[in-house]
Amino acid sequence: MKVVVVGNGMVSYKFCEKLLTRRLPDLSITVFGEEQYPAYDRVHLSELFNGKSTDDLCLAPVSWYKDNRIDLHLGDPVQYITPSVKLLQTFKGYVKHYDVLVLATGSSAFVPKINGMEKDGVFLYRTIEDLHLIKSYASRAQKGTVIGGGLLGLEAAKALLDLGISETHIIEFAPRLMPRQLDETGSAMLQSTLSSLGLTIHTQKNTAHILGGESVTGLAFTDGSTLDTDILIVSAGIRPRGELAADCGLETGMNGGIVVNEHMQTSDPFIYAIGECALYNEMTYGLIAPGYEMAEVAAGEIQHLHTGATTSSKLFTGFDMSTKLKLVGTDVASFGDPFAEGDNIRNIVLKDTNKGVYKRINVSADGKYLLGGILVGDASHYNILLQTSRNRILLPPHPEDIILPAREAKKEEGGGLAALPGDALICSCESVTKAAICQSVTEQGCETVDAIKKCTKAGTGCGGCLPMVKDLMVYTMKQQGKYIRNILCEHFDYSRQELFDLIKLHELKTYDTVLDRLGKGDGCELCKPAISSILSSLWNEMILQKGNDTAQDSNDRFLANIQRGGTYSVVPRIPGGEITPEKLIAIGNIAQKYSLYTKITGGQRIDMFGAHVSDLPLIWSELIAAGFESGHAYGKALRTVKSCVGSTWCRFGLHDSVSFAIRVEERYRGLRAPHKIKSAVSGCIRECAEAQSKDFGIIATEKGWNLYVCGNGGSKPQHALLLAADLDSETCLRYIDRFLMFYIRTADPLTRTATWLNKMEGGINYLRNVVVNDSLGMAAQWEQDMQQLVNAYQCEWKTAIETPEIRKRFAHFVNAPEEKDPTVTFETLRGQKKAGNWK
Amino acid sequence: MVHENETLVKTPQWITACRAEDVAENGGVCVKLGDQQIAIFYFTRRNEWYATQNECPHKKQMALSRGMIGTRNNVPKVACPFHKKTFSLLTGECLNGDECNIKTYPVKVEDGIVYIGVDDPPEEQFS
Ligand code: SRM
Ligand SMILES: Cc1cc2nc3c(=O)[nH]c(=O)nc-3n(C[C@H](O)[C@H](O)[C@H](O)COP(=O)(O)OP(=O)(O)OC[C@H]3O[C@@H](n4cnc5c(N)ncnc54)[C@H](O)[C@@H]3O)c2cc1C
Ligand code: SF4
Ligand code: FES
Repeated sequence: MKVVVVGNGMVSYKFCEKLLTRRLPDLSITVFGEEQYPAYDRVHLSELFNGKSTDDLCLAPVSWYKDNRIDLHLGDPVQYITPSVKLLQTFKGYVKHYDVLVLATGSSAFVPKINGMEKDGVFLYRTIEDLHLIKSYASRAQKGTVIGGGLLGLEAAKALLDLGISETHIIEFAPRLMPRQLDETGSAMLQSTLSSLGLTIHTQKNTAHILGGESVTGLAFTDGSTLDTDILIVSAGIRPRGELAADCGLETGMNGGIVVNEHMQTSDPFIYAIGECALYNEMTYGLIAPGYEMAEVAAGEIQHLHTGATTSSKLFTGFDMSTKLKLVGTDVASFGDPFAEGDNIRNIVLKDTNKGVYKRINVSADGKYLLGGILVGDASHYNILLQTSRNRILLPPHPEDIILPAREAKKEEGGGLAALPGDALICSCESVTKAAICQSVTEQGCETVDAIKKCTKAGTGCGGCLPMVKDLMVYTMKQQGKYIRNILCEHFDYSRQELFDLIKLHELKTYDTVLDRLGKGDGCELCKPAISSILSSLWNEMILQKGNDTAQDSNDRFLANIQRGGTYSVVPRIPGGEITPEKLIAIGNIAQKYSLYTKITGGQRIDMFGAHVSDLPLIWSELIAAGFESGHAYGKALRTVKSCVGSTWCRFGLHDSVSFAIRVEERYRGLRAPHKIKSAVSGCIRECAEAQSKDFGIIATEKGWNLYVCGNGGSKPQHALLLAADLDSETCLRYIDRFLMFYIRTADPLTRTATWLNKMEGGINYLRNVVVNDSLGMAAQWEQDMQQLVNAYQCEWKTAIETPEIRKRFAHFVNAPEEKDPTVTFETLRGQKKAGNWK
Repeated sequence: MVHENETLVKTPQWITACRAEDVAENGGVCVKLGDQQIAIFYFTRRNEWYATQNECPHKKQMALSRGMIGTRNNVPKVACPFHKKTFSLLTGECLNGDECNIKTYPVKVEDGIVYIGVDDPPEEQFS
């Protein structure tokens, strides 16, 4: 039997996979795809702007099709079908006979009839190709606009922000955002949160035409107003791609969708349609879960046809449209019947404009069942609410409890998971039940989310269920008496946070006493740096004293970064990047004297490379005499606070960003943390100091400073999120004190703030609550702790050169301290030296 | 305290390396013996002395004496500061499964002086 599939999108791939697992003999599968890429994860398309590559999104490589004997044709759309003789023809002229045809042509972005759509700089948001085009054009754009304030439009707007277009507008025809998912109050709450993130939202705007010559320059609206823009994304909805079906006489609906019955059969019994192109019961489904369900139904039907079985197979009976949106800095979800209202229905609403939270649930008149609801600003209960409504689980006597912010003491063990029946569908994309997930833990020994994903496929579709999968895993493991903790290494049975609290409680000051009191054995290169960092974060004593020197990571032990060949680099602190000519000259003289390679670093300071270990104290004596101090480039500590020139010179500057950067750098210099911490201060929203890529970044506003936290450069760049706006300098520092102390206390070893936040339940909203609203009641304590650390600061290089026992360690040969390591070699490059190559 | 390396069969010749008080507690130092470099470790917690070649075989860096010492399953080891490859201080075996073992030497301490046992002592001696 010859099965031919038109389209190679997500649902087509899932269909092939499901058909293969049925292992039908004498079945050939051919797939025609219009796009150049084999099926990829469209749901996570936007992650192309967050460091993912097209390979990362690929669902299965071309070799997978080959290995499974699927004949795959990419870049070759099917052009017409002749159902009477079961033939089709492709763009490249290929003619193919089928026994069964499956249409999985998806949908395309809906393009409203507006003049000027053909201009350069106008894009759709649907395919990898679209995103590549947007990315290359966006580098030229300063202002961006998205037409469409629905699910996809908001995602596209976030993408523009991610691409660095900070002035981004959203145009919505309806009076509010996400009209299909949210009620009026929910939309209003979302709108105010998005505005505070820097998006400008225009509702009830009807675009008349697109302005510009060759390229877009703006939009004109029917009310006569206009808006300038350099780039435009049109995301005004989707249209099922039923044109191929319509051309060959299959029945299609109003919106172009291909009419199917509960077997996924079209009006021709040998042709099926699945995914976004299918119209079932006058509904098309723009989500992945129902598409996968249709793939399952169609695969079952074909098995039936093939084996001639007479029993009935699984039918498609519709799907609910519950969704959770992955937005910037805020959560949005709707589930079940979000709008249910009337005499038989009770609505419970929680609205907190202070935190930007709106929750609404619709409950049956007898108060027993949850019918649906809306969550804005805090969707942490989404999965459990969805399960409660889907499985018709009896509500507690006070249904409002389920949306109230969890009060620690009251939190029910397992967060209501116990009440879910075994057949509750946790992953609707892959149809994985609660029982299957629990079994993978108890029977197959899966103890990480990744293992469960591999074992059951749960969470491999849209990924929305992953938090719940993790909760289930933890819950099941706890029931088995297993307790999961991130212990440090074989010498300590504690997590970093537990050790931090214990060391503080017992006032331990050296690595050895910590090991004696709290650990076992003789330590190793994992626990030594971690404990040393905790000791330093707690007491801020000179790290090389009290026998703690050999418990330091090797760079900290020599207060410098080891380089190829075994020499070291020297980085004096240059707060805010500001330096006097005298100091520049001093650095030049010293570098010349000790023959060091010099380079301006990416952190706005000067690095001198190639110092022999025995020269380090001499170099530092001279640097200190010239007014420098350690830059801690070697430590998991505060690195640099970069600054832009700011209001003292810049014509746009709102405040003196250099002065504030210096103040911040001098406050936190020497502060050790689970990983390095970086900061920056910009004088206005043009953001020349790149503050939004830092662990904490500060940007001047008309009214004060905006404080952003948890950004990261490195291999997985992540923008910082707004923690608080328009702060005066003192408040800004107080919030940073609290933020840093919270991070230092709770992060795992070697975890940057971005990763720490990503793992934090409740995310930025929770963090904001802790830092700004003092929800843990720790703020005063943390500010006091920080002040003690600030007071205890000393330049560790100064102490090192003044303390003979420490200074004597800076020698290569213990029995010939004056001699340098003769195996060190250098080469010359552009008139300076460089390290000899690895051998 | 004497630690004898069991893999060495020949009786070594003891050479003066350095003063015991010059070796960092729970850490290492590098001793120059002619044109050889030997790392000496004083594992104070266990009251044990060890000596190995100073060169890390991974990228041929003279760095093991600056590495962190510790144990794995009670086997004493040193981690190279460059890429944290670890070696057993007892046998010199690389504990990361790589085929690059290091040479170890017997050590003894008498009257505050550290001696290393070598097969072929260098011409001149340092103290
Ligand atoms: C010297 C410098 C490069 C330069 O010539 O400009 C540099 C050099 C090193 N960086 Fe960097 N980074 C330098 C700026 C940066 C920046 C830019 C910035 O700070 O604005 C970043 C991205 C921002 C960020 O950290 O989020 C950066 C992200 C990294 C990372 C990735 C961190 C991450 O979270 O993914 C590492 C690896 C790590 O820390 O694990 C790293 C690690 C390193 C190490 C320490 C690698 C190592 O362990 O040997 C390099 C030390 C070289 C040496 O021997 O001294 N360096 N590094 C820069 C020193 C700045 C300074 O004045 O202190
Ligand atoms: C940016 C974005 C974010 C999204 N986020 C979510 C989300 O969070 N949650 C969620 O559930 N859903 C989300 N979706 C929707 C989800 O991606 C779709 O529901 C899903 O991709 C539909 O799969 P499909 O196979 O039916 O269609 P598609 O994935 O569109 O695949 C159809 C394929 O068929 C090809 N084709 C069309 N006509 C022909 C022809 N004649 N010949 C050959 N090939 C043809 C097309 O080129 C396309 O490659 C998102 C979509 C986008 C664009
Ligand atoms: S960030 Fe603003 S104030 Fe600072 S230099 Fe750039 S433009 Fe000037
Ligand atoms: S040089 Fe020692 S581990 Fe690489």
